[in-house]
Amino acid sequence: MSYVIDRRLNSKNKSAVNRQRFLERYKKHIQRAVQDAVDRRSITDMERGEDVVIPASDISEPVFGLGAGGERSIVHPGNREFEAGDRFPRPKGGGGGGGGDGEASNQGEGDDDFTFSLSQDEFLDYLFDGLELPNLTKRRLKGDGSHKYVHAGYTTDGVPAKLSVVRSMRAAKSRRIALTGTSKRALKAAEAGRQKAEEAGDELGVARFEEEIARLRRRVLRVPFLDQRDLRYNLHLKQPMPTSQAVMFCLMDVSGSMDQQIKDMAKRFYLLLYMFLKRHYARTEVVFIRHHTVAKEVDEQEFFYSRETGGTVVSSALKLMHEIIQDRYSPNEWNIYGAQASDGDNWNDDSPLCSRMLSEDLLPLVQYFAYVEITRRTHQALWREYEAVAKRFPEVFAQQHIRELGDIYPVFHELFSRREAA
Amino acid sequence: MSTREPISTGSDWSFELIETYDREIGAIAREFGLDTYPNQIEVIRSDQMIDAYSSIGMPLGYNHWSYGKHFVETQAHYKKGHMGLAYEIVINSNPCISYLMEENTMTMQALVIAHACYGHNSFFKGNYLFRTWTDAGSIIDYLLFAKRYIAECEQKHGVQAVERVLDSCHALMNYGVDRYKRPYPISAEEERRRQREREAYVQRNINDLWRTLPVSARDGEVHEPTFPAEPQENILYFLEKNAPLLEPWQREVVRIVRKIAQYFYPQRQTQVMNEGWATFWHYTLLNELYDRGLVTDGFMLEFLASHTAVTAQPPFDSRAYSGINPYALGFAMYSDLRRMCEHPTDEDREWFPHIAGGDWRMVLDGAMRDFKDESFVLQYLSPKVIRDLRLFAVRDDDREEEIEVAAIHDPSGYRRVRELLASQYNLGDREPNLQIVRVDRRGDRSLTLRHTEHKRRPLGPSTEEVLKHVHRLWGFPVHVEVLRESGEKALVHSCPGAVKAA
Repeated sequence: MSYVIDRRLNSKNKSAVNRQRFLERYKKHIQRAVQDAVDRRSITDMERGEDVVIPASDISEPVFGLGAGGERSIVHPGNREFEAGDRFPRPKGGGGGGGGDGEASNQGEGDDDFTFSLSQDEFLDYLFDGLELPNLTKRRLKGDGSHKYVHAGYTTDGVPAKLSVVRSMRAAKSRRIALTGTSKRALKAAEAGRQKAEEAGDELGVARFEEEIARLRRRVLRVPFLDQRDLRYNLHLKQPMPTSQAVMFCLMDVSGSMDQQIKDMAKRFYLLLYMFLKRHYARTEVVFIRHHTVAKEVDEQEFFYSRETGGTVVSSALKLMHEIIQDRYSPNEWNIYGAQASDGDNWNDDSPLCSRMLSEDLLPLVQYFAYVEITRRTHQALWREYEAVAKRFPEVFAQQHIRELGDIYPVFHELFSRREAA
Repeated sequence: MSTREPISTGSDWSFELIETYDREIGAIAREFGLDTYPNQIEVIRSDQMIDAYSSIGMPLGYNHWSYGKHFVETQAHYKKGHMGLAYEIVINSNPCISYLMEENTMTMQALVIAHACYGHNSFFKGNYLFRTWTDAGSIIDYLLFAKRYIAECEQKHGVQAVERVLDSCHALMNYGVDRYKRPYPISAEEERRRQREREAYVQRNINDLWRTLPVSARDGEVHEPTFPAEPQENILYFLEKNAPLLEPWQREVVRIVRKIAQYFYPQRQTQVMNEGWATFWHYTLLNELYDRGLVTDGFMLEFLASHTAVTAQPPFDSRAYSGINPYALGFAMYSDLRRMCEHPTDEDREWFPHIAGGDWRMVLDGAMRDFKDESFVLQYLSPKVIRDLRLFAVRDDDREEEIEVAAIHDPSGYRRVRELLASQYNLGDREPNLQIVRVDRRGDRSLTLRHTEHKRRPLGPSTEEVLKHVHRLWGFPVHVEVLRESGEKALVHSCPGAVKAA
């Protein structure tokens, strides 16, 4: 007696809960692996999963077992040349006696480190775990294409495609009942009367009743099965969807002092920021502005890979950013984020100007502005000017210092770590 | 010879074909006298198979991170192509549940049906260990009860608190079996009712243990009986009943792990027999199908290819070697039993006078019912199998410089090889012999475990870790003393606090 059951449609991911518990338990290891990955990976492949390695000793489930030493005999298959009584040195420093012994297979796994993969989503979750966008005064707005249709009942007017057959037939039926009810009652009465007259042999009466019946029948028939006014149409209303969108301004110094290595670091920083914003906003746009003595809006390729030489005037980039905001990204509609990377060089007279432009023109418009200085040298005028700005606007402005690749993620973490409500 | 049309010719399966094969195989199995539970054959996807894998084959288990770990591990291996997925998974329940993977070809499905639904199934129903230790009828209900109960505890006491208790219990899972008392099967409803009673009762009485302080020790020599009166090998049971600080729900969790450990206890002792039996029968049943013309030559070639892969035994010096393959050893032994009955040689008559020339079905049936791996090998490993597998024994004594070949597959070595291989399957030989011998009721309430040494083999490196788990459940200090073969005793571990090896 056998039953065959198709279980293929049963729920997937029966082990999902257990997997989550496992991840939760080894969160520290995973976070370390994620951070290593950020430091190590090439710039373009940040958005994929990651292999996580956990040392075997940390993850073992201990049980009572026997240790090395003492006396033991193991039976092996496949003898070729051994005779009873042969003696030879212990393999591998004299451990518990030989390679595959019965116990190893009993315990299931060896001493290899435990490796498994995080999916892309999990990777990003851990990457941005504990981070938060500052000043989330998200603006609700009605942007283009952000509508959805909602069902809003029925209407008597519409296009044939939206005809609701059931509702229309129901309306027709109720109209027919309403309009023919009296006539049908009278018809019934007339038919009964005719019956009676027939039984009584009253021919005149029969004729009168028949005339009455014919008249009533015509009346009933005159009521149409379906009338124009019965038609009902589904009504859909266009409803604006509150969406939030963000624009991120990447400002970078491309003067002669910024070499490719520094730009790489800057790029990693921007990339993290971009991925982070993308998780928070339905739409995220990026504006690249590079500058030496003059600022220019460029595309991504040019932003990261072309080189220019010359002096540095940071204010030119701030000015351009301000213009672009005025032009295309009204602060009422966009959440604006600024991130500026530089090696700290600036035309000395320009730094106070930068500070003034920031505090007066830009900071009132943006959600957050982060400045990272990527240099191994000591800070210059720009850093000191910005320090003053940071003091005055602790909510929207922050600056951090990156010395080497490994600093990027911690600095990013620092800039966006969840703050206690002040 | 072929009197009938083959059941199928292609490699695609369908539900009708599975039913047809099952019917034919089942009919042959009954002709051979196999007694089975009803079968419940379930077709699943490969990811469901991974699920089943990671929950150690339990169709429904409570949630625990370690299952997640196994899942992640299996998934990683599978994705890298390091392993093919389960040949089959079969659950010792009534009806007996077997999983077929949808990716398999028709041949593989038939193979699994023969292997699991008739091989393993009849073993579960017939072998004395399974009959004694497991109750196929109620296991699914019990697992469901366990899953619900643990989920309830998680709600009440938090996931972490439950996880900690489970971690500790899992560490002691191998020491949660009563080896000498037969468990009494009970229904899930009964189980729930008794759980509630136990909870109330145990908590009321647990402190009795500590109330029996001696009146006074004026003359200094009060003979207080030791507690426990006899050494206890079932550590989890002892903790469940006697640990002073456990909450009622914690006791129930200990009990659940203990019950599940008991359910798996026979499987750990019958690997060679169980797999050998199932392999022998899928081989026999499918060959019979072929002889009756019900399957094609192509079917047989595919079947033999995977049969050969499963029963392959790499030699000890091969890179693929990882111990003796239970499928290979078991299959070789059962096949040889049949050979000895049908074509006995003089050697067989000398070694197995009561078997040689007998009725092979009776002999095999007996060899399936009344043994576990250790006694099975000791009883039935024939010189021919030893020669075929070219078995040899290596003795490793840490007092000597070199290791020694103790015996090989020659007339003077057969018995020695057989004894040594049998002892290799003795659970007592693989796991340290640990028993609870003492609770210091008058002092610090410490618990002492005694490790009775066997062939001077010490406890492994994870002992300290496991002791922490014992300590967590017991709530007071835990010691391990070793009883050496010379009769001397020494304290070797303590938790909390380290003791220098004496």
